[in-house]
Amino acid sequence: MIVDKIKKRETTAKNKKANIDIPIGKWIKCDNCKEIIYKETVRNNLNICPNCGHYFRMHIGKRLELIIDEGTYERFDLNIETTNPLELEDYPKKLKSLREKTGLEEAVSCGIGNINGEKVVICIMDSGFLMGSMGIVVGEKITYSIEQAVKQKLPLIIFSVSGGARMQEGIISLMQMAKTTAALTKLDEAGLLYISVLTDPTYGGVTASFASLGDIILAEPKAMIGFAGQRVIEQTIGESLPEGFQTAEFLLEHGFIDKIVERRDLKDTLYRLIRFHKGGESNGQ
Amino acid sequence: MGNEKITAWDRVEIARNPKRKTALDYIENIFDEFIELHGDRNFRDDKAIVCGLGRIGDKNFTIIAEQKGRTTKENIERNFGMPNPESYRKAIRFMKQAEKFKRPVITFIDTKGAYPGIGAEERGQGEAIAKSMFEMAKLKVPIIAIVIGEGSSGGALAIGVANKVIMLENAIYSILSPEGYSSILWKDSSRYKEAAEKMKLTAKDLYDLKVIDKIIKEPKEDNEENFKKIASNLKKEISSTIIEINKLNTEDIVQNRYDKFRNIGEFIKL
Repeated sequence: MIVDKIKKRETTAKNKKANIDIPIGKWIKCDNCKEIIYKETVRNNLNICPNCGHYFRMHIGKRLELIIDEGTYERFDLNIETTNPLELEDYPKKLKSLREKTGLEEAVSCGIGNINGEKVVICIMDSGFLMGSMGIVVGEKITYSIEQAVKQKLPLIIFSVSGGARMQEGIISLMQMAKTTAALTKLDEAGLLYISVLTDPTYGGVTASFASLGDIILAEPKAMIGFAGQRVIEQTIGESLPEGFQTAEFLLEHGFIDKIVERRDLKDTLYRLIRFHKGGESNGQ
Repeated sequence: MGNEKITAWDRVEIARNPKRKTALDYIENIFDEFIELHGDRNFRDDKAIVCGLGRIGDKNFTIIAEQKGRTTKENIERNFGMPNPESYRKAIRFMKQAEKFKRPVITFIDTKGAYPGIGAEERGQGEAIAKSMFEMAKLKVPIIAIVIGEGSSGGALAIGVANKVIMLENAIYSILSPEGYSSILWKDSSRYKEAAEKMKLTAKDLYDLKVIDKIIKEPKEDNEENFKKIASNLKKEISSTIIEINKLNTEDIVQNRYDKFRNIGEFIKL
């Protein structure tokens, strides 16, 4: 499954505090060009390798800084916890220690904020919390956000990064795919805009639900996006996968995303897209 | 429930038994008339999902069913019941037709999962599953889903967004296979039996979790006579459920389905 592969890639990222977007210590090694780079340089460069342009993952704090006007983000007042439906002994402990370690409540943060003055509902997932997997809390928060967008007639933006449905919550995690998807039908009927932004990596039950249902789907360059994990596919078909398989560029070529957008252009692109959907007199009718 | 000694893993093996009755066996026994119709009108006819029109008495239905092969040859043809994106797009085509002609939809779930292949990814497996759930969530006619064998992962749920989810006693419904679950969660694929117990994948567990609404019992002896009994009980259940759902107006049929999935997954408010 994809989770294994992602975990392998995650071993370099041993975050110990909140809002640390790249491994701590003064230096880091780029996964792509293997160059050892001064961490601060990467941080000041939108978490992009100055040597080869490789995108490091971005955690919630940094992503908010990049996309939302300073001081405008208000997180939804929805403090919830999973009921641990499979009654796994060590799962609540694991969640607790993750919350302490990362300073994150869960794998997604949802609220309302402005993009160049345009008010939006925004959900940002975080790979630092159980690989951005979707269980009850993530499913509920995304669904609640969609409902708030409908209620307040606002555009919705979701930044996805996820290994898929959360194994620890079993079938209930799977059902969150249906729940979030059903909520999106209401947004659709209300004629509101939903922009889905796919970042590295987006897989499994998240790809097979809300992430693929945007009116407009954007992706960061070279982000890995797919339904099945690469190892599973290789094992199933018994051969190795072609170069560039499941990259954002591959999805663009096959017609499944609208546009690949560089990190530095994301805010401006979102703003321009929102402006195109303001309706009313601005539509050329 | 009877059969107290049957473990969750036993049920996994029963559900996967290649001799277990498949969707077409049930369709032939439940419906007085059935016409299969093919193709997604876009790419090809993927045979892992069978679609068509069925009739019970004077009531017409649209049928969407995941179909495993009953022979090796048929299994190859049907990709062992693992749908490619075209299958889900075919399903969507028939859902929309059902809505147009105001026919209820009956789905039969029986798959190891959506097919993980290069072509499936190239043609948007994730998008196809998401779209199928999206269309089901807003469909203006009643939908009944019946889990008859293996209901594994998004490939099963893709045709499972129903007003009422019925499950056969020995069928299973889960986030993925117990083998996959134990290898991901415990890094040890040999603990699959333990995983099966933990995963809450049996009809009884899922009924308690409110993921499914009704269990159809399976007599202990697996023979033709008992199969006819199960099929006949399913037929009765379909008919009575449709009468029940049809008491709602169109808007409430959609809302009833929405509420069902909206409320899955209890959480604690802090």
